[in-house]
Amino acid sequence: MPEAPARLTEIRGEGEAAIEAAGSAAELEELRVRYLGRKAELTQMLRSIGELPPQQRGPVGKGANEVKRALEGLLDSRTSALAASELDERLRTDAIDVTLPGDPPAAPGHLHLITETRREIEDVFLGLGFSVAEGPEVEFDYYNFTALNHPPDHPARMLADTFYFTDEVLLRTHTSPMQVRAMEETEPPIYIIVPGKVYRRDSDATHTPMFHQVEGLAVDDDITLGDLQGVLLEFARAIFGAERDIRLRPHYFPFTEPSVEVDVSCFACNGTGTLDRGARCNLCKGSGWIEILGSGMVDPNVLGFVAHNGYDPERVQGFAFGMGIERIAMLRHGVPDLRLFFENDVRFLEQFGR
Amino acid sequence: MRVPLAWLRCLCDPGLSAEELGERLDLTGTEVERIERVGVGSADNFVIGKVMSAEKHPDADRLSVCRVDDGSGEPRTIVCGAPNVAAGQTVAVALPGAVMPDGTELGEAKLRGVRSSGMILAEDEVGIGGDHDGIMVLADELEAGAALTDALPIADEVLELEITPNRPDCLSVYGVAREVHAATGADLAQDPAATDAGATGGSPADSMVSVEIADPDICLRFTGRVFEGVGVRASPEWLKQRLTAAGQRPISNVVDITNYVMLCTGQPLHAFDLDYVRGGRIVVRGAKEGEQMVTLDGVERTLGADVALVCDADGPSGIAGVMGGQVSEVSGATSRVLMEAATWVGPNILRTSKALGLRTEASARFEKQLHPELALAAQRLAAKLMVDLCGARMAPGTIDVYPSPAKPRVVALRLDRIEQLLGARVPEKVVRRILEALGFEVQSAGDALLEVTVPTWRDADVQREADLIEEVARIHGLEKLPITLPARERAVGRLTPRQRLRRRSEDTLRDRGMHEVVGWSFTSPQALERLRIGDAPSLVLANPLSEDGSVMRSLLLPGLLDAAAHNRARGAGGVGLFESAHVYAPDGPLDAPEGSPGGLAPAAERHHLAALLTPVAPGGWRSQGRPADFYAAKGLVDALGATAGVELVAEPGSRPFLHPGRSAAVLAPDGGEIGWIGELHPLVAGAWDLEEAAAFELDFDALSEAAPGPAAYRDLTSLPAVLQDIAVVTPEEVSAATILALVREAGGELLISARVFDVYAGEQVGEGNRSLAIRLEFRAADRTLTDDEVAARRDAIESALGSIGGRLRG
Repeated sequence: MPEAPARLTEIRGEGEAAIEAAGSAAELEELRVRYLGRKAELTQMLRSIGELPPQQRGPVGKGANEVKRALEGLLDSRTSALAASELDERLRTDAIDVTLPGDPPAAPGHLHLITETRREIEDVFLGLGFSVAEGPEVEFDYYNFTALNHPPDHPARMLADTFYFTDEVLLRTHTSPMQVRAMEETEPPIYIIVPGKVYRRDSDATHTPMFHQVEGLAVDDDITLGDLQGVLLEFARAIFGAERDIRLRPHYFPFTEPSVEVDVSCFACNGTGTLDRGARCNLCKGSGWIEILGSGMVDPNVLGFVAHNGYDPERVQGFAFGMGIERIAMLRHGVPDLRLFFENDVRFLEQFGR
Repeated sequence: MRVPLAWLRCLCDPGLSAEELGERLDLTGTEVERIERVGVGSADNFVIGKVMSAEKHPDADRLSVCRVDDGSGEPRTIVCGAPNVAAGQTVAVALPGAVMPDGTELGEAKLRGVRSSGMILAEDEVGIGGDHDGIMVLADELEAGAALTDALPIADEVLELEITPNRPDCLSVYGVAREVHAATGADLAQDPAATDAGATGGSPADSMVSVEIADPDICLRFTGRVFEGVGVRASPEWLKQRLTAAGQRPISNVVDITNYVMLCTGQPLHAFDLDYVRGGRIVVRGAKEGEQMVTLDGVERTLGADVALVCDADGPSGIAGVMGGQVSEVSGATSRVLMEAATWVGPNILRTSKALGLRTEASARFEKQLHPELALAAQRLAAKLMVDLCGARMAPGTIDVYPSPAKPRVVALRLDRIEQLLGARVPEKVVRRILEALGFEVQSAGDALLEVTVPTWRDADVQREADLIEEVARIHGLEKLPITLPARERAVGRLTPRQRLRRRSEDTLRDRGMHEVVGWSFTSPQALERLRIGDAPSLVLANPLSEDGSVMRSLLLPGLLDAAAHNRARGAGGVGLFESAHVYAPDGPLDAPEGSPGGLAPAAERHHLAALLTPVAPGGWRSQGRPADFYAAKGLVDALGATAGVELVAEPGSRPFLHPGRSAAVLAPDGGEIGWIGELHPLVAGAWDLEEAAAFELDFDALSEAAPGPAAYRDLTSLPAVLQDIAVVTPEEVSAATILALVREAGGELLISARVFDVYAGEQVGEGNRSLAIRLEFRAADRTLTDDEVAARRDAIESALGSIGGRLRG
């Protein structure tokens, strides 16, 4: 029997060479049995250590264990390396056509442009301290006309062609009836906007029998026409851009006095009326201004209808305004035809309200 | 209102272009809709000519060859087709190079072999009137060669004004001139109606005709004047030009005078042929129900009881303030005219013209309530013209029935109040200047207090201090106002929980790929028939635009179906649509209380959320399509319930428009029904050309009411839950809801949720049975559950299932 330590070196050398040379997991398993199994020379050597003279037992035992650990480590690392490359080999055969299209995104839904615009308008006025109030669309003549200073047979009633159910019940022609409803319900001060559907008996290229408005009402001790101008300037800039200006033009509405129409400076031509190459701006028809809404100081007669709830026209005053949501949306988004809003064609709907 | 600028400039000329004047008027409250050019393109090459000779064309019967002096010293030859051309006439001539109203340029031409260098003009060729029967014959004192524009405004501009209903005074050229005066400071000419014609002796007017107002509720004042020896003929060109430019068709001098005075003063007139005023008697009264008469337009009209009539001894002679009658119409043979200028009660005229469907220039003015003073002003101007243009003699005296003369209106104006309302101070002298320019009389009535007398033509509009402040503000200039924000110390802007939930619910549907639509609030009775709910009570419009939109919708579904059908017809067959809007139902009779309804609404109006799905084909080569079945719709309802924090329950229940076996009622936690889910009945889907579709509709107001307030904290993290899956086999007719109810009850309070996650039917569970896989979650608030505790609950569930013929599998 050769000297044990020398034999150990040999075993190690042979084993390491064999393991390095092995090409499969099965071969490695074989080698594990051959070098580290129960009948392996190394195992035998460790088992029979007790038979050696005491002074050899230490060096041989230590050496044999060292060789065993080395071979075990090498076997493990070779085994996992081989397993990984075998896996890779298998995966390579499991190939797909990477040129086919990927999964489409979940089809996105859309809010209607009217809803999108209404919410934006609401948000501007929420920020300015207004609350949102809503009211019925089937309305009493009293709220739609009488209490808004349109007495029966008043010519202003001709302004709005009205849908009627009975002499006294109609489809509201504007969101203004909520002015009186809100003031009946809430004592001053009041700061509200009223979005909603309104109806006029009219149908052509620029009129639909149903459309949407946002009403505004602010009544307090000291609201002035200057305040109206400030609030609407903030609104115009929020919706149409920070560079916009507004101007007030005198007008007539039965429920405001003074009454004004409000124009915003044209955002297509920057208020100049002419485009880059000197052509007349089509959006504002060369005037530099676009009409966006009607407004004014709440008529004392309207306050008179709710004077019992704290709206004595000598003590409180305020402003009101009303705008068409579709008109604002058409201007902002360049929508050319009012009727598109109500066709509900998905090719229209998908362009807005993400 | 069309205001010819040439006419306006005779009354007030600020020296501005039409555009500049238009802008100034816009900014002071008179909206200019557009500026129109009328007449010829340019005044060049239009001159006065004298016809030196007119001889028959050698080769054409209807043509004359004229030698015309155009002032150049060299007579020119013009071939003229007018029957009335004759030597010695002073005429209007267009020379070659003249641009005609249609934009064509006149050239030289040979007519049947004779060279013609120019054209002798008829009215319609220069846009003055409609007459093409002959050339215009002008006054002899005009000089040959003078520019035609000196004699006739052949090139004019017209301001088309949008006059608001409070300003009948601006339905007159002089009224607009007054606005121009106030807005620009340019001088205002004297009111053309300020001076009168003289009477010429003879019988007094009231001996030839008597006037009685039998019904003072319809007439405030009736004035009449009588003209004799009236020569009815065509009006002079200047008058025709003004009328034509203002949009009126010249007819004859008498009729034109009534129209001209109306356009100038705002007061409509009516001329009667006095010989056809039967009995020489005028009675103003209301019509008898069903009374008939023929109006000037030749239409026989049947009148209602509140129509005001001007009658003679035999019956109606005109509809007051709207249109005269044929019986007393002025004709070429008329020689005695009764000129009426009356003041009618505006609301009555408005009602009458609405009832008859007849709105005229006259009624459009009367309905806005004219002041009785205006009637006499119009009589004065008309009298001058009747004498000048018709050679008429005016009978002495004015018939004037005026039961309650109006008093001048005086309104107090506090200078401080102007500042309070506008936010800026306007100096007293500016306030005075503005009001006086508009015709108000201003007197000082103490410290910073003015007493303002309202001119008669503004009486209906300016009655209060606020009205005066508006006058000051608009003329002073709104651009001078400060830009401020309200102090709003007590105003807080926020959405209500309901409004926020509405937004989130809409977002929930949007985020699930749904497109929001906006449908009409009205639908057709046929659509409701197709939905098989034609008998349900609904709100019906009295005056719909068409039958298609005559009924207020009581559910959103028909609009969604219309939208789906629209898109399908355009190639988008697979859609997911939703709407968030009001629906309407009758809520008892539509009675209105006297005065304020006190916040009540006339109808039952609810906010609904509804959606409609049609099958969507797969979007990619390996993705699934989206079916349009009951469960796809229910998934959306569940999502809305989750958004609201409300557990919605579906139980079998149908609607006439739904598949009876695949529809459900949706219940709120309190058991109240708040909507439905279902596949559409094939007959209903087919009626909209859809093959299959599923839908739901929820009462959003009810959902919002069921939504809980802020959530209270529950400890779900300190202690673990125990999850167990069970498979429950039952006869297939036992509903999932029944099984879950039983499981929950048997599971006791430790079972905090039980959820179906799979359904199986097949051999392994036996024919007629199915298996529901249910995930159970057990949890105790105060301890970790032991296996024994959970097993006991599971055993309880198993034995409970026996009562419905069920068992646990596996």
